[in-house]
Amino acid sequence: MATPATAGATMTLDDAGNTLRLAGDWTLAQFTRLQPQTERLGKRAAGRRLDLSGIQRLDSAGALLIATLLQQGELSLAQIDGASAEQQALIKATLATLRPVSHPPLRRWSDFLHRVGQASMELLDQVRRLLGFVGQVTATLPGALLRPRRWRLTSLVHHIEQVGLDALPIIALLTFMVGAVITFLGAVVLRDFGASVFAVELVSFSFLREFGVLLTAILLAGRTASAFTAQIGAMKSREEIDAIRTLGMDPIQVLVIPRLLALLVALPLLTFIAMVCGILGGLVICAMSLDISPAMFLARFQDTFEIRHFIVGMIKAPVFAMVIGLIGCLEGFKVSGSAESVGQRTTSSVVQAIFMVILLDAIFALVFQELGW
Amino acid sequence: MSGSDDLVIQVRGLVNQFGSQRVHDGLELDVRRGEILGVVGGSGTGKSVLMRAIVGLREPDGGSVRVFGQNLQALPAARRRQVERRFGVLFQDGALFSSLTVGENVQVPLREQYPELDGRQRDMLSDLKIGLAGLPADAADKYPSQLSGGMRKRAALARSLALDPDILFLDEPTAGLDPIGAAAFDQLLGTLRDALGLTVFLITHDLDTLYTICDRVAVLADKKVLVNAPLHEVEAFDHPWVQDYFHGPRGRAAQAASSRQPSTPAAQNETRTPPL
Ligand SMILES: Nc1ncnc2c1ncn2[C@@H]1O[C@H](COP(=O)(O)OP(=O)(O)OP(=O)(O)O)[C@@H](O)[C@H]1O
Ligand SMILES: [Mg+2]
Repeated sequence: MATPATAGATMTLDDAGNTLRLAGDWTLAQFTRLQPQTERLGKRAAGRRLDLSGIQRLDSAGALLIATLLQQGELSLAQIDGASAEQQALIKATLATLRPVSHPPLRRWSDFLHRVGQASMELLDQVRRLLGFVGQVTATLPGALLRPRRWRLTSLVHHIEQVGLDALPIIALLTFMVGAVITFLGAVVLRDFGASVFAVELVSFSFLREFGVLLTAILLAGRTASAFTAQIGAMKSREEIDAIRTLGMDPIQVLVIPRLLALLVALPLLTFIAMVCGILGGLVICAMSLDISPAMFLARFQDTFEIRHFIVGMIKAPVFAMVIGLIGCLEGFKVSGSAESVGQRTTSSVVQAIFMVILLDAIFALVFQELGW
Repeated sequence: MSGSDDLVIQVRGLVNQFGSQRVHDGLELDVRRGEILGVVGGSGTGKSVLMRAIVGLREPDGGSVRVFGQNLQALPAARRRQVERRFGVLFQDGALFSSLTVGENVQVPLREQYPELDGRQRDMLSDLKIGLAGLPADAADKYPSQLSGGMRKRAALARSLALDPDILFLDEPTAGLDPIGAAAFDQLLGTLRDALGLTVFLITHDLDTLYTICDRVAVLADKKVLVNAPLHEVEAFDHPWVQDYFHGPRGRAAQAASSRQPSTPAAQNETRTPPL
């Protein structure tokens, strides 16, 4: 390295000549050591001259210390001897930056109340914004749906691919495995009653009514809501959303509607596939370890199948799609300038979306039970 | 004076390529110790890419880059960090950490390299750099998203100065600054160079900056450095782009402005009041 053997920086008070002699390397590396020394000198620097002729290297950290010396002793640049023109210029520039700076005061206990209040207001504000956003989207959506020319087909197809097609393998695999596990567990319990054939009803019921749509929605809540938030959030933090506005377009039209429509198309389709794969998982397990042949499984499935189970499952799909899409997009719009806030909003959108999906599913279950479906 | 000891940066036969697009093809560049080198060239000629290649953010597709006589790509990680510590880099779009305040941004490298500094000392140093960069003191507690475009530039400059680097890489530092601020910036750069012996690699489109503080100017065109010489030689260089650049209306205005003032950078530093 170019750093020569660091000549230790020194500061000596020469009482006879009434000067303060500085010598050595006044650099950042010596700052921790020198700063307390110069501070302790304080007012005693007053009325003296500074002799810098012994200084070998001076950087801006060293210049800062010299400038504070000057300030504390109320000295001017004229009281400096032995400094080169460059060093003088640097000290002068440094001196100009010395202003009383007030950093925010330390935290106090009353800040706690302040934060509680702030959090409550934020919560209220969030609810207000969610409602406002839902309102805005509902106002825009029918108009967009009625005019196919406003569908932004390219964007729509792109999102359907991302939301639907790309999620297909994982959803198929996941539901296949869950179907297999449920069938197996059910069969183990039912076998004791000699009723293992009811495992067929178990898996078909549960997948048609609940698991098909629920697993799909939860997976998309994790996969798609987060993607929407991150995409829109990154655009928001780079002022792209403002650019869309000033170009005379409506961000909801351009960004939200295609995403919502894509989810509305993809989620029911994926739900159907999830149902099929779950039941298929049951079929495979039945054939492999329960001595129920595929033919028997399918015959039993046909006998017991009722369309209302399928409808109960499917009817929930568009609702979940709306919830996931709305939360994902809204959280994206809430992003503020920093990169950190994109991360925070993404987490929050996934948590909210999964929570809402499960909550709504429970409400649906109650309602359908009351209806006797 | 041009012994190879004096060459802080040596670029030899540099090739940079994105897919089939060749940005640099056999580019050669020398930067001498203690000089302010102005790098000019049309948009998209690869100035930023050249800077990234020199500071080691981009592995070149051919040729070599030596900084302080060492090839960064070939050094072991620890030695390489030691060299990198002597760089100060200002990216074209600032690249401030958006989740930290300006003060904290400046303190990041201090914290990392000088853990022995206590909080108050770090505050002192970051306030100094923020002041030197020409920001008001209250900017220290603001987040980058709360600053204006020009102020973000200055904040990024403050961070690049945090460790008192030996080489400063600046990518269009005065773009987006008001002319008075830009002039003050030029002057600050001169002061720092004279006092700290800085070497500055300065990418700029600002003709006034070239005329006031640059010791030499390198022109990037046709995937190479066309010339790398003092300004008056570059002005006379026979190439259509160079001629348009320096003898177009803006070039002439800047030239006229600079001839009205004392011409050597050092002289200017003494006559004008220091910055900001
Ligand atoms: N990551 C990348 N991938 C592909 N091409 C790139 C990449 N970075 C730069 N380029 C290309 O390299 C060329 C040079 O880019 P560079 O950013 O260096 O231009 P520049 O000279 O800095 O221009 P400006 O003055 O506008 O900043 C451009 O044509 C650009 O498209
Ligand atoms: Mg560039």
